[in-house]
Amino acid sequence: MKYLEAIGKYFIMIWEVFKKPTKWRIMKTLILKEIDELIFGAMGIIIFISFFIGGVVTIQTALNLNNPLLPKSLIGFATRQSVILEFAPTFTSIIMAGKVGSYITSSIGTMRVTEQIDALEVMGINSLNYLVFPKIVATMMYPFAVAISMFVGILGGWVAAVFGGFAPSGDFIQGLQMDFDPYHVTYAFIKSIVFAFAIATVPSYHGFYMKGGALEVGKASTTSFVWTSVVIIILNYVLTQLLLG
Amino acid sequence: MIQVENIHKSFGENHVLKGVSTVFEKGKTNLIIGQSGSGKTVFIKCLLGLFEPDEGQICYNGQYYSKLSIKERRNLRQEMGMVFQGSALFDSMTVEGNVMFPLDMFTNQSQSEKQDRVDFVLKRVNLIDAHKRYPAEISGGMQKRVAIARAIVMNPKYLFCDEPNSGLDPKTAILIDNLIHEITQEYDITTVINTHDMNSVMEIGEKIIFLKNGLKEWEGTNNEIFKTENTAVTDFVYSSELFKKVRQMYIEERN
Repeated sequence: MKYLEAIGKYFIMIWEVFKKPTKWRIMKTLILKEIDELIFGAMGIIIFISFFIGGVVTIQTALNLNNPLLPKSLIGFATRQSVILEFAPTFTSIIMAGKVGSYITSSIGTMRVTEQIDALEVMGINSLNYLVFPKIVATMMYPFAVAISMFVGILGGWVAAVFGGFAPSGDFIQGLQMDFDPYHVTYAFIKSIVFAFAIATVPSYHGFYMKGGALEVGKASTTSFVWTSVVIIILNYVLTQLLLG
Repeated sequence: MIQVENIHKSFGENHVLKGVSTVFEKGKTNLIIGQSGSGKTVFIKCLLGLFEPDEGQICYNGQYYSKLSIKERRNLRQEMGMVFQGSALFDSMTVEGNVMFPLDMFTNQSQSEKQDRVDFVLKRVNLIDAHKRYPAEISGGMQKRVAIARAIVMNPKYLFCDEPNSGLDPKTAILIDNLIHEITQEYDITTVINTHDMNSVMEIGEKIIFLKNGLKEWEGTNNEIFKTENTAVTDFVYSSELFKKVRQMYIEERN
């Protein structure tokens, strides 16, 4: 019953976010600030993780393809499929749920604890629109981060394959181009937009409706990471079934 | 002027306000006092429109809040200024940014007009060199003054303060009290202050209401509070030895 109530409250919050918009002149600045904070601020960790994940996927695939009859190009093929379909959109989103999600919960939660949200409400400002809407818009840029993650992941795979001696560069690149279906990239981008919405709104919900003091802000950040991850994993399954099934 | 007519507010089983009626006059510093849990904060939040009373009416200069449309309520909110207990300044903005915020949100003034207004109110609250500093870089007393500047920058008709001098040293607390009192008279604002501070009661309490268990137990002025025989009020106000002596001296002086 508690969970049902929370789900209902979450959807009411989403509705409120889009009501009574803040002046565009102010909103524009907020959106640019959030893009800088949530997207560009997370690029370092996304690039770092993607590079090494791509490398690990390549090494593991190469070690499992030890039959001499299987072409080395399959290593590139498997790396591309794994990175584009799953690692870039889903794995990166889980990392983002931790990095960006806890930032969102703690910043909004601190505003709640220090009565800054009450101050906005007293002034007659729709605090949900002012605080959450720019984050939703900013995270819609997330497919760009996922695209970079795909590129860097595959690059990491190529580096591991070539410099680790698992496959020659030509074979790996041939594998990357083998049976390429552009719809898989579209599928990954659709997933990433949906995940981005969850990454912006679930932590906002936990921050906005938190009660208590500084300790509770920390607890809310942890809870928001857990729930954002759960939501991403469920959505991943549903979207895969709907888009690829 | 704010007229409060028999307001009730409950949270589940907890009946916090049990029918409070009073009038807060324009140009006067009105104080709400009472023990923790007596309903002061809920009362002030009802006055601010953050909580809707379950029963009763609040009337702002002849306008009943419950009868206003959403747009009218929004406009009314823009006539209110609030000084929160912890100042509630926006951490990510400078002092200047905090004070300019309501002007940015609700006016179409040019940057220079806004800057002039911000400079004026910051000067009015005696903050001259703090424009570019962040709230974390200034003292508690200065934060309170910034909060007052932000609350008055839009020329409000109503000013609400929730324990404006809590956590401040006695000297700064008196400065803040006097500043609020002066601004109230200067701009003819209806000011309502929620306080625990007995110095404020004695210094600036032009009208005081005492809440007990969600009911208005007593109301009067800072002069009348010396004479009252209401034991609930005297137990609360004169709980310290110092204030007991002050009262005794006042009574002896009058006799």
